[in-house]
Amino acid sequence: MSAIFDVLNLKKAFSGLTVTNDVSLSMAPGDRVALIGPNGAGKTTFVNLVTGNLRPDSGEVRLNGETVTKIDAIGRVRRGLVRSFQVTRLFQEMTPAEHVALAILQRDGRAGKMFGNFLSMPDVMEEASALLAKLGLHDLMHRKVSEIAYGQQRLLEIAMALALKPKVLLLDEPAAGVPQSDTGRIEQALADLPPDLAVLMIEHDMDLVFRFAKRVIVLAAGTIIFDGSPADVTKDVAVREAYLGSYANASHAA
Amino acid sequence: MTLIMNTETVVIKSRQKTTIGRDLIGIGAILIVAVLGYLLFPDNLALLTRIIAIALLVLSLDLVTGYCGVATLGHAALFGSGAYAAGIAAAHYGITSPVLMTLAGILGGAIAGLICGVIILRAHGLPQLVLSISLIYLFHEFANKASSWTGGSDGLSGISPDPLFGAYEFDLWGQTAYIFGVALLLVVFVLLRFLVRSPFGMLCRGIKEDPLRIMAMGASPKIALIKMYIISGAVAGVGGALNAISTQVVGLDSLSFTQSAEALVMLVLGGTGSLFGALMGTVVFMLFEDYVSAANPFHWLTMVGVLLIAVVLFAPKGLYGTAAGFIARRMEKRS
Repeated sequence: MSAIFDVLNLKKAFSGLTVTNDVSLSMAPGDRVALIGPNGAGKTTFVNLVTGNLRPDSGEVRLNGETVTKIDAIGRVRRGLVRSFQVTRLFQEMTPAEHVALAILQRDGRAGKMFGNFLSMPDVMEEASALLAKLGLHDLMHRKVSEIAYGQQRLLEIAMALALKPKVLLLDEPAAGVPQSDTGRIEQALADLPPDLAVLMIEHDMDLVFRFAKRVIVLAAGTIIFDGSPADVTKDVAVREAYLGSYANASHAA
Repeated sequence: MTLIMNTETVVIKSRQKTTIGRDLIGIGAILIVAVLGYLLFPDNLALLTRIIAIALLVLSLDLVTGYCGVATLGHAALFGSGAYAAGIAAAHYGITSPVLMTLAGILGGAIAGLICGVIILRAHGLPQLVLSISLIYLFHEFANKASSWTGGSDGLSGISPDPLFGAYEFDLWGQTAYIFGVALLLVVFVLLRFLVRSPFGMLCRGIKEDPLRIMAMGASPKIALIKMYIISGAVAGVGGALNAISTQVVGLDSLSFTQSAEALVMLVLGGTGSLFGALMGTVVFMLFEDYVSAANPFHWLTMVGVLLIAVVLFAPKGLYGTAAGFIARRMEKRS
């Protein structure tokens, strides 16, 4: 299958310190890829470069064959590259229904409409309602976000991203800070993501990585040191040295 | 699923009813206060008309500050531009129809809104505030220097509006101006109620909370904010035009830093992010100011200061915000 998302020889340095060094990767529709790496490996910089929040020193980002390196973050979202945030960034005074409706209206180019209320737009309400129901948030759809649990807020982040109908979804630690009791719901949501959507997940929780990803990329000191199957990642010497040491040893001991 | 959809329809209908109910309450409240004002202060309709004009300025400020989170201490630039546009149209071009003068005010305010928006939105936080202060001084100085158009420090006179709809003279008692002002306020209020709950209003509320999140949804906060600034300018322009029509003079004070700061004080007093708060803040501040300055001409500013400190300390959400929160909690307890 042809690639939907390509990163070619991406480089970025801050004051002479190289934080992204010749990173290349390619993803096809339906891919489930996890990007892992120790703290300071350059994951956040990589995400910011890919989403357009940072400009690379060199290299290219392609979306659906189109080079988007010089296109800003907003333009990339409009072309189908959508991200979720490591720390939830939701509008505390708004309801889940408003969040998802706003995303739908924005996607359809209707967010600038100055008359009418989304509550009286049947197509928007129907879609928002179905999406929230799928993620188990239907009963909370008219409550303020500040009144709902953190795990549910994380699900709402995913719902907002999906409402934009992305082609490529970057999930930045979707389960971070979620109590153990709620991670099952997040995992289910990840399992239910549209099959043709290419997903790149940045995650520290290795159990979640192994359950979700069909492919794992390991970033260390700004360089990709491993790109392969989850089964092989713990066997890789470089990875064990750079990042997984204690985890892999513990697994073997068990 | 059918049950869920039915429950949802009921919830949506009840929310829509509540919203329409609040609209009607707002319109009713404006009408009741307007009639009461007319009956209680028949000799002071000029003050009441001035309150309406300033209420339009405060509503306009609420759009950018309360709904979008833009910090500004220069909002009178929009109001003054509207006033001068209406005044210049009448004094220099013979456009003396009150409706056309109001349209000139809307245009003048909107253009000033565009200029201010483009400049102010280049910065955030304190630099944004400083830009807004610089702008109001620049507008003020420009109006002062362009005296052949604006009358400079003497003010722009020679504004003689025609009778409203060719039938109602702008009389000495200010009845026509007052009724015209109430009508303008009602129209603006209804339009703004539509605006703040529209998808665009929702987008602006999102920008206020987290512009980066809005960008991650593919929307441009800057474009939305500039649009809101233009709308805000149009609303302030209506207020400015009303002031020009009712007083038949436009002074440099309409383009002053003091006027901008007072508008912000009124908004904070009433409560930001609510049209009702903006209206309540203006009415309470201006009536209080009028009353205490008459009762104690030497210490009235102290009393205004004490009122503001009391509100900020004990009702940080403003008079309307605090009252609405209190009523909502009571209703929640009952149910």
